[in-house]
Amino acid sequence: MITRIKIGSLIIAAVITLFACRLWYLQILQRDKYQTLSETNRLRIIKNPAPRGIIYDRNGVPLVKNIPTFSVSIIPENLRNLDRDALAKMLEMPLQEIEEKLNKKDNSPFVPIKLKLGLNFKDIARIEAVRSDFPGLFVETEVGREYLFGKAGGHIIGYLGKITQTQLNRPDLKHFPPDALIGQWGAEALHDERLRGTPGERVVEIDALGRELRLIQQKQAIKGGDIHLSIDINIHKAIENAFGEKAGALVAIRPATGEILALESLPSFDPNVFAMGIDYHDWKALTENKKKPLLNRALQSQYPPGSTFKIVTAIAALEEDAVKPDTKFTCTGGLGFGKWTFGCWKKGGHGSVDFHRGIVESCDVYFYEVGKRLGMDKIYKYATALGLGRETGVDIPPVKESKGLVPNPQWKREKKKLSWFLGDTFISAIGQGFVSATPVQMANLMAAVANNGDVCKPTLIKGGSLPRDAVKLKPETVRMIKDALQGVVNEPNGTAKGAKSSIALTGGKTGTSQVVSKRKGLGGERFMDHAWFVAFAPIENPEIAVAVFVEHGGGGGAVAAPIAKKAIEAYFKKDDTKREQEIRPNDND
Amino acid sequence: MITIDRRLTKNFDWLTLIIILVLAIIGISTIYSATRPPTGAGEHSDFYLKQILWLVISIVVLFAVVFFDYRWFYRFAYPLYGVGLVLLTVVLFAGRTSLGARRWLNIGPMSFQPSEFFRMIFIIAFSAYLVTRGQELKGRLSASGIFLFALFPMLLVIKQPDLGTAILLAALFVSLSLAKGISRRIMTAILVIGLISIPFFGNIAWEGLKEYQKNRLIAFIDPEVDPAGIGYHINQSKISIGSGGWAGKGYLKGTQGPLRFLPEKHTDFIFAVFAEEWGFAGSIALIGIYLTLFLRGLDTAMKAKDEYGRLLAAGVTAMFFVYFTVNIGMTLGMTPVVGVPLPFMSYGGTSLLSNFIAAGILINVRTRRFELFYP
Repeated sequence: MITRIKIGSLIIAAVITLFACRLWYLQILQRDKYQTLSETNRLRIIKNPAPRGIIYDRNGVPLVKNIPTFSVSIIPENLRNLDRDALAKMLEMPLQEIEEKLNKKDNSPFVPIKLKLGLNFKDIARIEAVRSDFPGLFVETEVGREYLFGKAGGHIIGYLGKITQTQLNRPDLKHFPPDALIGQWGAEALHDERLRGTPGERVVEIDALGRELRLIQQKQAIKGGDIHLSIDINIHKAIENAFGEKAGALVAIRPATGEILALESLPSFDPNVFAMGIDYHDWKALTENKKKPLLNRALQSQYPPGSTFKIVTAIAALEEDAVKPDTKFTCTGGLGFGKWTFGCWKKGGHGSVDFHRGIVESCDVYFYEVGKRLGMDKIYKYATALGLGRETGVDIPPVKESKGLVPNPQWKREKKKLSWFLGDTFISAIGQGFVSATPVQMANLMAAVANNGDVCKPTLIKGGSLPRDAVKLKPETVRMIKDALQGVVNEPNGTAKGAKSSIALTGGKTGTSQVVSKRKGLGGERFMDHAWFVAFAPIENPEIAVAVFVEHGGGGGAVAAPIAKKAIEAYFKKDDTKREQEIRPNDND
Repeated sequence: MITIDRRLTKNFDWLTLIIILVLAIIGISTIYSATRPPTGAGEHSDFYLKQILWLVISIVVLFAVVFFDYRWFYRFAYPLYGVGLVLLTVVLFAGRTSLGARRWLNIGPMSFQPSEFFRMIFIIAFSAYLVTRGQELKGRLSASGIFLFALFPMLLVIKQPDLGTAILLAALFVSLSLAKGISRRIMTAILVIGLISIPFFGNIAWEGLKEYQKNRLIAFIDPEVDPAGIGYHINQSKISIGSGGWAGKGYLKGTQGPLRFLPEKHTDFIFAVFAEEWGFAGSIALIGIYLTLFLRGLDTAMKAKDEYGRLLAAGVTAMFFVYFTVNIGMTLGMTPVVGVPLPFMSYGGTSLLSNFIAAGILINVRTRRFELFYP
């Protein structure tokens, strides 16, 4: 028995030795690993979102404000005893949706899962009251956005939304958490990095239940930088309802700098719908709407500019000495050419027409004759120099700007496999046929004319100095054109008397983009022509150039011109003290 | 007036008493640290005060146990065994269920676990039975006798289920049989039956296991699979111990326990709290103290004046050693999580008291090693 007890003491010694080795392994060899684990065990880093920068309009009016929104998350390590039915009931979510979120394969046990976003104070009060029944559930504050002017300027301002999977795959956005909010459209997207700011951090000591015990270290969040846009929200507000039920676009540019004063595409969308986390129903409504609210017509709609293009033809004619101001052509309501007749919009004809009247009354025959003298290559040269047929370069993510088109014989040969006829020159000279342009191109063209030929790159940032392509124009050309455009609006025979304003002396040009040949005589809005109007004001030292496009609006003078007037007056009417560069328009009837 | 035998004071086993008192005091100070409020503010839970009270009671009971000659246990061994079996049976039908196991018996306002005390009864009764079995265990009669003696209580305990006590009873059965001396044939039979019954009993046992027990076994095999679940206990325990390093974080400087990362910090995982604060040096010293206790117990067994004393001392030492091994092995992540307390250190009045009674038997045997006559 004594020997057996001695064997027992050997067993005891062996076990004790084994334990000592294990202690050596854990406490000496693995010490660093476990010390790190012990530190991170009790320290938790809580990110503190930075207030996002504010977006202002050119007059310092805030367009957006930060509002706190709340989200509810749960730490997966607490799921084991979770009553999912009760949770679904409390969050007012379908159980299935919660299960989906909780059962995702890539959930890590210590990274919180966001269950619901965009909650308000009332929801939070309700959740806080019962939170202790759901261990691991917590409420986070996030910076949400409220867009103060709703639909006005929606396309430009954009919205803040949840990061998408595609974006998470981008190298510059890889480090973002999968439910981060980032700028998704317009200025919010373009200037996201500046607006975002630097999140703060609170390092707190917590216990195993996640309760905060003590603040160890704190880094204040740094607010994102503000953005001052070039737009004037007053213009946006003024034209919000001016289009009525019609779809269309308006672009206003400050000629001297290329600053975009207004850029609206109607119907628009309310960014607030996205900011609160758009639901399927709203998204479907937006994408399936026949009028396409998400389409930015100012940048993406390209249509024949119609008679507004006559400005280009006129400039080319004067610069190339194709006509003198007093050169006259006779309009009999049409121009016969071979077996074709090219009609003027005025069936009875304009009679004898000089340069000034040709523009004021928008005589088509006059411009057929000018086109014939110029040739298409010259028209092409001036059209492209003034910015048509290529992107203006305005950047409004995620919109891809259309290029428009200025045709020439080479283009027709290559693309259409057809030769160029004089008739092509005729209809191109009056902005029909193959010619097409976007509203922003037309506004930029108008601005260049107002600016005596200097073409700016349009920008949405206030006061940006910009590269410009100068088209050298003779002073007489500029004077003649501006006089004529003033006549269009202000003379008794002008086609755009609807734009005449008592506030600013305005010059402009109407245009009609034919949808189908009139001969077919089809009725209904679907077959109505698109209306154009481009304008600038005041005539001396212009401050604003505008292009208005109304889909199926009919004649430019009747529909588009009054909208341009509203925009121009909204620009001049507002609080004068805030405007830099006071240049008062002459009141001139 | 009670007169105390002079030989009782002269031969008293002071070393064992001092060792268990030191362990109990280390235990109480560790409980104090583990249950202190995390931020330094707030109320300190009174676990340590309760434990001090139980220590005082335990010391008194220990002296009472030492006072009576251990031969008295021999006389009452079988009646005690009978009462123990009855209590284990009653607890299955009338017991209170808590944490998934039916272990507690209510007696008025108090509740106690019969299995806590049955381990002592088993040592007392089985040792007495072995003494009657002659020089060595051999033959069919001996074999069936010891099997039956151990089988009933083990089945009853497994049924509760109380895995810790079942393991202990099996270990006591084997170690007492070996200490008594057993024929090769019976030993072989035990091994063969044991091996054959592992798949059979293993399956029944697995099915019989409660979900949490299955989880514990699974988590033991791979704790990283389930860091938030049962494996969480083991991981947190390893973090506590490992982060102690050479010299520890210092007394009252440990973070794992007070911040509640470590579960059962003042009961089953008290060693982890100690190791975090006292480091490798302190941990080695502590298991050194336990080693001294075990060797002293075996020495007592060797020097006991009769076979019954030898078996008692060996059984009590085996019990301390099994609990120590299962508890420390679990804390170090080497054995499955089986909720047994660390003798003398873990919080818990019943456990402290019954360990002091056991230590009292040990002291009793050693103190009376020279007595030739029964009083």
